[in-house]
Amino acid sequence: MVKLRVNGQEQSFDGDPSMPLLWYLRDELGLTGTKYGCGVALCGACTVHVDGEAARACITAVSDVSGRSVTTIEALDPQGNHPVQKAWRAFNVPQCGYCQAGQIMQAAALLATNKNPSEDEINSAMSGNICRCGCYQRITAAIKAAATGA
Amino acid sequence: MTQAHAIVENVSRRGFLKGLLATGGLVVAAEFAPTRAGWATFATGAAKMPGGVVSDPHVFVSIDPSGLVTIIAHRAEMGTGAKTSLPMVVADEIEADWSRVKVVQSPGDEKKYGNQNTDGSRSMRHFIQPMRECGAAMRQMLETAAAQHWSVPVGEVQAQNHEVIHKPSGRKLGYGDLAAAASALPTPPADQIKLKDQAAFRYLGKGNVQIVDLFDITTGRAVYGIDTKLAGLKYAVVARPPVMGGKLASYDGTAAMKVPGVEKIVVIEGTPPPSKFQPIGGVAVIARNTWAAIKGREALTIRWDDGPHASYDSAAYRAQLEETARKPCKVVRNEGDADKALETAAKTVFAEYYAPHLSHAPMEPPCATARVADGKCEAWAAVQSPGGTRNELAEKLGLKPEDVTVNVTLLGGGFGRKSKPDFVLEAALLSREMGGAPVKVTWTREDDLHHDYVHTVSAERIDAGLDAQGRVVAWRHRTVAPTIRATFVPDPKFEQPGELSQGVLDVPFAIPNLRCEVGEAEAHTRIGWFRSVSNIPHAFAIQSFVAELAHAAGRDPKDMLIELLGPARHVQPPAEYTNYGDPLETYPIDTARLRRVVELVADKAEWGKKLPPRHGQGIAVHRSFLSYVATVVEVAVDDKGKLAVPRVDTAIDCGFAANPERIYSQIEGAAVMGLSLAKYGEISFKNGRVEQNNLDGFQVLRIDESPPITHVWIVPNSIDVPSSGVGEPGLPPFTPALCNAIFAATGKRIRRLPIGDQLAT
Repeated sequence: MVKLRVNGQEQSFDGDPSMPLLWYLRDELGLTGTKYGCGVALCGACTVHVDGEAARACITAVSDVSGRSVTTIEALDPQGNHPVQKAWRAFNVPQCGYCQAGQIMQAAALLATNKNPSEDEINSAMSGNICRCGCYQRITAAIKAAATGA
Repeated sequence: MTQAHAIVENVSRRGFLKGLLATGGLVVAAEFAPTRAGWATFATGAAKMPGGVVSDPHVFVSIDPSGLVTIIAHRAEMGTGAKTSLPMVVADEIEADWSRVKVVQSPGDEKKYGNQNTDGSRSMRHFIQPMRECGAAMRQMLETAAAQHWSVPVGEVQAQNHEVIHKPSGRKLGYGDLAAAASALPTPPADQIKLKDQAAFRYLGKGNVQIVDLFDITTGRAVYGIDTKLAGLKYAVVARPPVMGGKLASYDGTAAMKVPGVEKIVVIEGTPPPSKFQPIGGVAVIARNTWAAIKGREALTIRWDDGPHASYDSAAYRAQLEETARKPCKVVRNEGDADKALETAAKTVFAEYYAPHLSHAPMEPPCATARVADGKCEAWAAVQSPGGTRNELAEKLGLKPEDVTVNVTLLGGGFGRKSKPDFVLEAALLSREMGGAPVKVTWTREDDLHHDYVHTVSAERIDAGLDAQGRVVAWRHRTVAPTIRATFVPDPKFEQPGELSQGVLDVPFAIPNLRCEVGEAEAHTRIGWFRSVSNIPHAFAIQSFVAELAHAAGRDPKDMLIELLGPARHVQPPAEYTNYGDPLETYPIDTARLRRVVELVADKAEWGKKLPPRHGQGIAVHRSFLSYVATVVEVAVDDKGKLAVPRVDTAIDCGFAANPERIYSQIEGAAVMGLSLAKYGEISFKNGRVEQNNLDGFQVLRIDESPPITHVWIVPNSIDVPSSGVGEPGLPPFTPALCNAIFAATGKRIRRLPIGDQLAT
């Protein structure tokens, strides 16, 4: 039995403890905002926060987060108005939108530790998150805006 | 740069839909309205598509007593903005306030909604007119209802911003108040439709409307094909034959069945090539969650009978394509005498180009859920063509199309992959095997790369002759690539007219001796259409070669390009030319428009400006999907061969630019995808099998390598200039512009894609 906290709620799971957090969130808890993209931590679509830090849910076993606190895109902000989310909308970042939950979670984790990242720091923090539609230019602009509160 | 856009809130973002136009008090005719496609100022090929065109507001629009206007989006959303932009066209003509508009995605029903195949960059170009007509008809119905209410001539009333005003008295009635009365009115006949003047547009051409799913996307609430949740849902993954045409020889599922959560193992019968949209067969593992299904599949022991394509080897195949292109092939366009002119030219130049297979690799791999029970099928799927999917499901299951419902989710990228519904058919077959339980089929990334309908692979050879003044007097282009048609009929051998019409038959150059030839090539894997399709290899070769000719003649590449485009004229292509299914009268091959985008982008990018050492600019232009796009790429290549792209400028002439905000995003994205494909894009085969397994083998460009700046310059056009494609045309000129820039920076000519390590020193 694995006990963990997801979006502020206590959860316990008595299934396969090696199940990746990704599939636990999606199939067991119905939190489908966290996306599958590659299954091997190459694309970042599944990015969540574990104790506030960005983590790839596809290679994080449920047992790895025993006793820890997981936040998904659904609970990044109760109203969906985290500065990163607002900036994403102000800059019309998404095209298909599929990777954006992971992008937003990664960007939010970056800004939590670095209030005003340089372009190099943005590139470094975000280079694990792939966008096939090619929204990168707007992602960079949105992160800068979220950092400065613009 | 990203433009500053006004933010328009949209109630549809809350997306809490219980049914389409199905609640009380709506302005929807009780009975089904007939198809109408009356009004049009310019002809398109839309009516020839399956389902044709429907423009009746009784089908697309409803208004409830509160004034909420609900508009149906009948085309799929995969990132282009179609789900927003077409309803926006309707809303503008209705004179609706966008903040009081809700957009609802329709299921697949082409009889009702007209063609829904969201593919070929057709949504705006085929539907801007019908959607304008639809909105204008609704506006006129509201005006008529108000005039009848006040007992005044309809000429005294005017719809404006969600209400109708009686001009002489200043009285007003909101759209909600008029809903019931307007609903009882017939749709005005086509010849009485009065469209708005361009000056009165609220949203068309403005770029002030945000995509309707924006809030849900940023909060994780948006629902994609992979996200379907249903009571009793089963989860499946499928082991498929690794070689095209391969069959299951034997399997042992004993260990798989021992994986906790695995419920059943089912053999899917495959369809041998040409397998069209049918499943290719394999062994499905059905479980209580996706992870158990994946673990179960890993535990399967399978022996495949690979069949005749097991020797497919990309290196050998490339040599074969190139050899074919060195000998005379089938002539498909012929003006003057290219062979003779090549013999007598003062100087001859030739080059051979190679462009490999590519995978669509949408971030959301193919995923679908289906429930087949009680003589009916319901599917929830990320499909570009819900109407076609419905028909395929009906045929596969032996049902009537009326008994099949295809609910369209958002698509996590499509790029052409998701217009092939093989994955939806898999889900339906498995649901039937599970006694009607809903089954979700998830393709893992490995499945996606191993079993895609890959983009073709091609060799292009161009020979040209220059006269003593450096003018091009002869041009002979040979193209050799397996055709998409091989996925649908046995052994078609040659690129088809639709593929040759993507840059070969329509090459727009004023050269007196010009010949295009096509060579034989057999397909050894499923070939499919990928964003921009055959324009990718054709434009790569042609637009690279123009710069090669400029170099040979000691000319500026942009000047050479302009000279080759020649005088302003409409190019007359051969009879086989298909023009993307649309009439040449509406969408000619206009060299003046090609020239205009070249000159615009050259001006904006400061073509020829002084650059630091090992920097270079490259230029290319290409007409595809009836739009004209020119790109200037600036590169910097360091002394180790590391490539950076500091800036991209792209000019697009797509006729009337209905939603500039989404045009910017599509063209910015095309630069990123273009660079991604040029640097890394390759699917290769060995022993008939795809060699790339995940996004490390098939790399996709990341933010740190992406162009930090892509400027997009839209040629301004009035509403009278027919809108043309946007989703695809941005891609083809990117790679040749990039490779021309690399040559300018380094003197190294890239003729084989991807670039890979070719720049390493």
